[in-house]
Amino acid sequence: MTEKPKVGVYVCHCGINISSTVDVDAVAEFAEKLPNVKVARTYSYMCSDPGQVLIKKDIEEHGLNRIVVASCSPRMHEPTFRKAIADAGVNPYFLEMANIREQCSWVHEEIEEGTAKAKKLLTASVAKVRLLEALEQKEVDAEPAALVIGAGIAGIQSALDIADAGFQVYLVEKTPSVGGRMAQLDKTFPTLDCSACILTPKMVDAANHPNIELLTYSEVEEVKGFIGNFDVKVRKKARYVDFDKCTGCGDCAKECRVKDRFPNEFDQGLSKRSAIYLPFPQAVPAKFTIDPDNCLFLKKGKCGKNPKCQEVCGTEAIDFEQEDEFVEFRVGAIIVATGFDPFNPSRKPEYGYDDYPNVITGMEMERLVSASGPTEGKVKVFNGEEEIEPKEVALIKCVGSRDESVGNEYCSRVCCMYVAKQAHLIRDKLPDANIRIYYMDVRAFGKGFEEFYDRVRRENVRYIRGNPSEIFKRGNKLVVKVEDTLTSTPLEDEVDMVVLGVGLEPRADMRGVMELLRLSQSPDKFFLEAHPKLRPVDTATDGVFLAGCAQGPKDIPDTVAQAKGAAASAMIPLARGKVPINAQVAIVNEATCRGCAFCVSICPYSAIEMVTVNRFGNEVEVARVNEALCKGCGSCAAACLSDSIQPKSFRDSQILPQIAALGVMK
Amino acid sequence: MSANYEPNIVAFLCNWCSYAGADLAGTSRVSYPANIQIIRVMCSGRVNPLYVMNALQQGADGVLVSGCHPGDCHYMEGNYYARRRLGMLKDLMEFVGVDPKRFHMSWVSASEGHKWKEVVEKTVEDARDAGPFEGFRRRQIDW
Repeated sequence: MTEKPKVGVYVCHCGINISSTVDVDAVAEFAEKLPNVKVARTYSYMCSDPGQVLIKKDIEEHGLNRIVVASCSPRMHEPTFRKAIADAGVNPYFLEMANIREQCSWVHEEIEEGTAKAKKLLTASVAKVRLLEALEQKEVDAEPAALVIGAGIAGIQSALDIADAGFQVYLVEKTPSVGGRMAQLDKTFPTLDCSACILTPKMVDAANHPNIELLTYSEVEEVKGFIGNFDVKVRKKARYVDFDKCTGCGDCAKECRVKDRFPNEFDQGLSKRSAIYLPFPQAVPAKFTIDPDNCLFLKKGKCGKNPKCQEVCGTEAIDFEQEDEFVEFRVGAIIVATGFDPFNPSRKPEYGYDDYPNVITGMEMERLVSASGPTEGKVKVFNGEEEIEPKEVALIKCVGSRDESVGNEYCSRVCCMYVAKQAHLIRDKLPDANIRIYYMDVRAFGKGFEEFYDRVRRENVRYIRGNPSEIFKRGNKLVVKVEDTLTSTPLEDEVDMVVLGVGLEPRADMRGVMELLRLSQSPDKFFLEAHPKLRPVDTATDGVFLAGCAQGPKDIPDTVAQAKGAAASAMIPLARGKVPINAQVAIVNEATCRGCAFCVSICPYSAIEMVTVNRFGNEVEVARVNEALCKGCGSCAAACLSDSIQPKSFRDSQILPQIAALGVMK
Repeated sequence: MSANYEPNIVAFLCNWCSYAGADLAGTSRVSYPANIQIIRVMCSGRVNPLYVMNALQQGADGVLVSGCHPGDCHYMEGNYYARRRLGMLKDLMEFVGVDPKRFHMSWVSASEGHKWKEVVEKTVEDARDAGPFEGFRRRQIDW
């Protein structure tokens, strides 16, 4: 260090967020007396433009070369202040932030203890800032391609936007067809456009787009690398059907020896499919798939004399020898659009979903009212004795949402409206039925929602405020036991059919994607965004973005909007063609390195290699860091026997004074 | 031990999970004891076991290291290294006569603001039980 450190300290009031529990003037006064501190000031909002100007002016006037800002979390405004001091000609890494808001004023109540702690945190920051080193921001090339995981409406929209902009997109879908949950829906609230009519064109566009490589029935196996250069490995599961030869005619499914035996996932199990199947008639791609868990030949090695599907297939597309294939490619950004699971009402046994066939979920209702569904759009249920057209229908909202007993505190945001829509559709099909909706609240917050809710009420649908406690059987009727909380009347309501307005839950299989991409969960267990307000599509992993219900429950317009946002964000590195790489990398002191290679074995990124150098005429091995690969975690430093490898900005020589500063202020 | 003894705790938190969790505790206005001072590191794997001993030597009465849950490490493996190293350290502390109650490790994710409060309370309480630490001779600080 040639230049003597001249430190400027800036203590933020953050309106009253900090100043109500920390005496900021006392902290600044205290800071003035710390070693190397030239200036200490307070300001109401340091992050504001005048706040930043204050720092820049002081740098000019007082020749400051180190800056400490005592304000909010560095996870919030470190980039802001780095940029500010860089504008004034100081290396952006000559900055340290003391977190006196999130970790002090907001969590402590007494002004004495808040002030005392702020002083300590500030002292530690001053201790460290004096010893920081100037770092250079480097860049590497970014691959102009993106990976989109999940091909529901969110994934399809993101993929189309990125592909339309001219970048290569790999769209990976776990199931045999794109379309996701939206493809299962009948009509969409509040406009009642038919879900399939607006979705299928997009599904076809995604499949035909010259810039989109569609990988259905595939799963992402491995992701290595970082923003700009993720190396992805995808497993294409064996369909046992030759993709190019299959014409989608369906002769195989008709002849399958276990024809129509297995629950059709697309119809929520309300219809049956064969072991060889197309998920639904409009599936994209229109290629059949053999379900290996149910196919006689794949399970037992024998299916009559010869598998029937093989016999009837005119193009000889059936191939039982097929194996999983792996595809590898490189992308610059990744969008996670993995969607949600509907809440499984078996977890609320009091509603009898497992016991009574006429208690169904909202998703099942979607299939039931759909013209392409198992009943061709007729609302019919089996009441235990016979199949009937229900006269008395109850719909229950908030099943699995806003319910701590099942661990879901959150509102699923779509149920109020989809239940209203289903009431409307039932009214359409059964003009004489008595329809009532049991609700806790009606949240009709979106564009056109309130108007739609009004319309449904005018269609003679009764809204009864109460959260049913139990559903049981009496004769051939179902009894909904509930208290009408507006009149404090206990009710036993006899109905023919109950629709459970189930909420949205994080996918049961999200763990795999989480670990693959190093993502976190928010308290509701959906994927955590980088900032709840200002970075809602970003994640803590640079270059990985979220779209749709993977991030939290949302309706179709919100999903599409977020998908477009994620696409736009993902395109930033792709369009620029370059991404900044982490400057806080590890560096080896080759003079003291003993060449033991401990660090090499520990580095999770294989960023360290051994090289031979000449030391006083002797050839010796020392470690060397590849800066493009190093992420600066510092695990190597904690393992090094001679303290020769150190992460920049987090060196022993920079952390130990912080420790000393905190201890000395006991 | 004086009646109004307040332990001084130094905590090392990884940037991605625990530091973010502590930030969330702040954003959610969860109140906890002010005895704890946080030093941010990028990964719990960065925490050299010597830092823990050094903190005790410099005047801390208790030390906390907190990282991502096993399997969730932003750097894939760092918290596993931390768990090994610091687990050994804890045994060693007992061996050299330092009350292991002075040292805690925890896994706090970015969404566990309330867990962070519990961890802090436990750490402070244990350090309070253990009393002021005077086991090591204080080193002169070079400021």
